[in-house]
Amino acid sequence: MHSIRPKKTMRIDSKTARWVNAWLLLLPAAVLMVAFTHFPIVGGFFASFFSTARQGRPSKFVGLDNYSYMLNDPVFWQVLGNNFLYAMGTIPLSVGLALLMAVWVNGRLFGRAVVRTAYFTPTILPMIAVANIWLFFYTPQIGLLDKIRGLFGLASHSWLGDPGTALACLMVLAVWKDAGFFMIFYLAALQGISPELEEAAVIEGAGRWYFFRRVTLPLLMPTTLFVVVNATINSFKLVDHIFILTKGGPDNASSLLLYYIYEVAFGFWDTAYASTLTVVLLAILGGLAVTQFAYLEKRVHYQ
Amino acid sequence: MIRGVDWGQRLEMAAAWFLAFLWAAPLLYATWAAFHPMDFVSRFDLTAALTLDNFRAAWKVAPFARYFLNTFMLVCMTLAGQLVLCTLAAYSFARFEFPGKNIAFILVLIQIMIMPDVLIVQNYLTTSKLGLVDTILGIGLPYMGSAFGIFLLRQAFKQVPKELEDAARVEGAGWLSILLKVYVPLARPTYLAYGLVSVSYHWNNFLWPVVITNSTTTRPLTVGLSIFGAPESGVNFSVISAGTLLAVSPLLIAFLLFQRQFVQSFMRSGIK
Repeated sequence: MHSIRPKKTMRIDSKTARWVNAWLLLLPAAVLMVAFTHFPIVGGFFASFFSTARQGRPSKFVGLDNYSYMLNDPVFWQVLGNNFLYAMGTIPLSVGLALLMAVWVNGRLFGRAVVRTAYFTPTILPMIAVANIWLFFYTPQIGLLDKIRGLFGLASHSWLGDPGTALACLMVLAVWKDAGFFMIFYLAALQGISPELEEAAVIEGAGRWYFFRRVTLPLLMPTTLFVVVNATINSFKLVDHIFILTKGGPDNASSLLLYYIYEVAFGFWDTAYASTLTVVLLAILGGLAVTQFAYLEKRVHYQ
Repeated sequence: MIRGVDWGQRLEMAAAWFLAFLWAAPLLYATWAAFHPMDFVSRFDLTAALTLDNFRAAWKVAPFARYFLNTFMLVCMTLAGQLVLCTLAAYSFARFEFPGKNIAFILVLIQIMIMPDVLIVQNYLTTSKLGLVDTILGIGLPYMGSAFGIFLLRQAFKQVPKELEDAARVEGAGWLSILLKVYVPLARPTYLAYGLVSVSYHWNNFLWPVVITNSTTTRPLTVGLSIFGAPESGVNFSVISAGTLLAVSPLLIAFLLFQRQFVQSFMRSGIK
């Protein structure tokens, strides 16, 4: 009896010690994560119910004032619409091109490695650097785009200065930058498809296009879903090129939600309103996250 | 019929090469502009004389050496912090049972979806309270507790056979030496993948650095490049191209040399 008791306490002690040990291991990373992710999410939500502190006027509770201001802010609606257009314009194009690139690079192609490198390289370059180069393409008269148009006798055009084309210029750059990144996911998925399937299809007399449509494409569905969700997240998260190409102009014609948040927070120093806008951005990203988790769950069931 | 198929394939090959040319064109074009005098910026004369003047001019106009140093310090500091913190946290998740584990893991998953990049407003206020505005630590700190790193390493650690740990424990090894001698070496491919993604991410990152820095002594290359490339700077395109090439060359050369590792790392980072 005497020998059992101390043993039992010791086991509890060692269990507690393991808990403490586990939490201590976790603590440094957890502190930083909470401080720079969870705290700002919650803190920003609270800040959206208060006014911005100005000189001599401390911040005070204003209820839903920031939200009603937002709903009446034409710029908010414009940037939200822009962001929607931007997503709708870039995602199908970059994902479609990514699939095409993957099929090409996966097949028999002369100089395959060079082609693959060309497709993928834009991915690893900083957006700021490539925007600098593209800025010159778009420059009226001396820019490459206008030079090429000049060859066909077309008039010069202020691509970035025209509200009708500024957003499209950003979209072209985004497609160019992202397609190669999405390509690698399709490439991995294609390499996972058994070659026997294609052999069987050939024996059955199925054409290449028929096989692609009826076999390859359905098998790539999970990849497509994954890529589309990520592309959507990207279209709300990456605004670097706006800083170089248009600064959101002319008249916010090419501004996106996150860029507007940046302007409100660090141009006008209205952090309360910027926090309110951030709540909207987080709601969008949160919705996308839920979609992705639902999909991940599904993929687990498949296996 | 066979001939028809052949033509179709040739057409596809031509299309694939045309697309590759379009995708490579901006970089090739910047290279052309950087190595030639301004007069040849849109005149493609193959006999035009090559020059390094643009690089000299770029180096003179902007403090590139300082920007390089800043980016280098930022990337190293961030990666070092991430590796240490994520290793410890991932080990805890992979091999310990403790109360609150599930909640802690959900918090990790939240950060995978919502990265600090979009939380610039509140993070600026926090960083300024910590007195870290306009410091390199201030740029890197929000990214050091990287949920993504924890997630990847946890997966890798979970695949290490428990028997190896038990054997080491029998020999009297403590948790730290088990972690360093058993887990870390076996997770090397994951460390490489994560390292490459982290380095390229922070080499290229712009929005948070531009918010938090305001002097030459802290600005990384991307922020420096955005000032340098602005039309107000009055620098011509040849010089901008040279500066841009300077800024991207270390990463670009590393990519061209270790392409396979880069592509695989990026893929791993996406598939999770």
